[in-house]
Amino acid sequence: MKYADEFRDKEIALGLARAIRSEADPQKSYRFMEFCGGHTHAISRYGLEDMLPGNVRMIHGPGCPVCVLPAGRIDMAIRLAERPEIILCVYGDLMRVPGSQGASLLKAKARGADIRMVYSTIDAIRIAEENPGREVVFFAIGFETTTPPTAVMIRLAEKKQLENISVFCNHVLTPPAMQGILNTPDVHGVEIDGFVGPAHVSTVIGTAPYEFCASDFGKPVVIAGFEPLDMMQAILMLVRQVNEHRHEVENQYSRAVNRDGNLRAKAEVSDIFELRDAFEWRGLGQLPDSGLRLKPAYAKYDAELRFGMTELRVDDNPACECGDILRGVKKPADCKLFGTLCTPETPMGSCMVSSEGACAAHWTYGRFRDHQLRRAS
Amino acid sequence: MKPLHRKLDIRNGCVDLSHGSGGRAMAQLISGLFHEAFGNEWLARGNDQSAFDVAAGRMVMTTDGYVVSPLFFPGGNIGSLAVHGTVNDIAMAGARPLYLSASFIIEEGFRFADLKIIAESMGEAARAAGVHIITGDTKVVERGKADGVFISTAGVGVVPYGLDLSAENARVGDRVLISGTLGDHGVAIMSKRQNLAFETEIVSDSASLNDLVADMVAAAGPGIRLMRDPTRGGLAATLNEIAQQSGLGFHLVEESIPVKPGVAAACELLGLDPLYVANEGKLVAIVAPEDAAAVLAAMRAHPLGRDAADIGEAIADDHHFVQMATSFGGGRIVDWLSGEQLPRIC
Repeated sequence: MKYADEFRDKEIALGLARAIRSEADPQKSYRFMEFCGGHTHAISRYGLEDMLPGNVRMIHGPGCPVCVLPAGRIDMAIRLAERPEIILCVYGDLMRVPGSQGASLLKAKARGADIRMVYSTIDAIRIAEENPGREVVFFAIGFETTTPPTAVMIRLAEKKQLENISVFCNHVLTPPAMQGILNTPDVHGVEIDGFVGPAHVSTVIGTAPYEFCASDFGKPVVIAGFEPLDMMQAILMLVRQVNEHRHEVENQYSRAVNRDGNLRAKAEVSDIFELRDAFEWRGLGQLPDSGLRLKPAYAKYDAELRFGMTELRVDDNPACECGDILRGVKKPADCKLFGTLCTPETPMGSCMVSSEGACAAHWTYGRFRDHQLRRAS
Repeated sequence: MKPLHRKLDIRNGCVDLSHGSGGRAMAQLISGLFHEAFGNEWLARGNDQSAFDVAAGRMVMTTDGYVVSPLFFPGGNIGSLAVHGTVNDIAMAGARPLYLSASFIIEEGFRFADLKIIAESMGEAARAAGVHIITGDTKVVERGKADGVFISTAGVGVVPYGLDLSAENARVGDRVLISGTLGDHGVAIMSKRQNLAFETEIVSDSASLNDLVADMVAAAGPGIRLMRDPTRGGLAATLNEIAQQSGLGFHLVEESIPVKPGVAAACELLGLDPLYVANEGKLVAIVAPEDAAAVLAAMRAHPLGRDAADIGEAIADDHHFVQMATSFGGGRIVDWLSGEQLPRIC
């Protein structure tokens, strides 16, 4: 497969693995958080952990938008979708995200709610045009990568003068989440030596928004693509920054990312969206300035206002360790719920929700290593 | 004087509730469309059942329902699929499939022209596989109560004494053979789904595998421990199922697993994994190590096994994991699918 296989070359990977092994100081431990679900997926899918020395450990971050969506927002969407006039359009991987008491959009659909899986916001526009007597609501979710398509949808709705489409906005921002993780006062301290920074998100916002990690918190950041070679190279760059006591924002993904990002996409987004004071993240709690909503000028497209949706809050299971896992303090297998009450079929916490969550990735691709360790020890 | 009957208007007509009512319209649909397409001596006798001689050996029986959407896809349609699927389930026992039944649930308003294409594909697929559709049933339901047409087929076949393919036969060290490229059917279907149409040259691999199986059985007989066709849930589901049933684990080598570049690209775009995508003309065989080379050679000599490959082995594993050495150099599990495989957003 052209333009993909080049970034999955085994020989180059082995070369990078050798470089990481020889440059990582055996006296030191290196704990790097890969922020994005896409990175977590690449690590698990290609078995990168097997190629790293034991003292270089990857911590799976909160960068899976589906995983961090709180149960209350799912409950709100289900309640909305149960209204007979509503057609709720959602991205596929939202269907299984658990709300409270085992509810999910998949189950609501089975009970008769009109919930349709779409692959782009343009599908929602088409559905609105085809169903003039119904109210079409797009369940908008995702980081800075998926926000511009939602903005485009609103622009199109305006242009086509569609009166029956609106957005249930759950867009969140990456830098405040990184800040939230770094700020968290924890008795164990934040055990992260550097970040593998977002790939697709950075194509939109650029590398500049991460500079606070380096300047205010002294943590190195390397923006990296989602291919396995991108990851290996970024890890080597992080090892070098740590060894040389540097903390900079470096850009491994220079084939797609620059410092300023996509100016046009950013302009569209800031034209239509504004910051919420705070937004709840599953596993991380309320984070200030971390979520978006529609500006008052676009209020008629805001489903929360249009349908008078009330905010619902659902507490995470108290035994769930997602918060500590997302901060790198604990590993998935440290959680009592992991693999017992909490599995991909019946997820309790955010990290088990989508295949990109830390726990689900470990369960689906990596749990054989727990048994190997147990056997070895 | 012979009463005058208007013939079925195949080109413009469609199924209505009278075609399921047991009256003349139903008789006309059955004889004019199905008997015509399936044409054999059993149906011609017009009984509610068909009798046949029992061959020597053990009888094998299976049944399957077909509810595919879209009904027509590159490389086949629900009719050919309904024959291939049931023939293959019988063949996976190492058996020779003999007779099928076919039961149709048709939605009111379904076009005769489409039904004719489907029935003719079934007839053609049955002839190609050397089986006969010897009994059937037709029901018509109101509009909205079925998705065009649902087909259910059952089949019987015969397997020689001494050949008893089953998961519990598998042993540590057995080889895992696959008859060809993975994921063709699932990707062909997805490329035609209404909300996901994309351009691809991939066609479904839907095919009857009984002829290929006969060659494999001739090459190794009971050296073949068991066979399965990796349909829904793909290779991953099939191997996990076998691991559970046999009490073993598997170790696969990703580089040796054949996937067409077009399928790999489509899966990449959609965020899917070809190991979990459905096949309708492929089989997995667990074969004793000493017979693996002979079986693989027999597979490769058959047109439906040209791309056959040895992709791994059975290992001792109390957890019954299916592990894989990735082509990148690391290791991972190939787990059961959780729910439906859904496209990812990031």
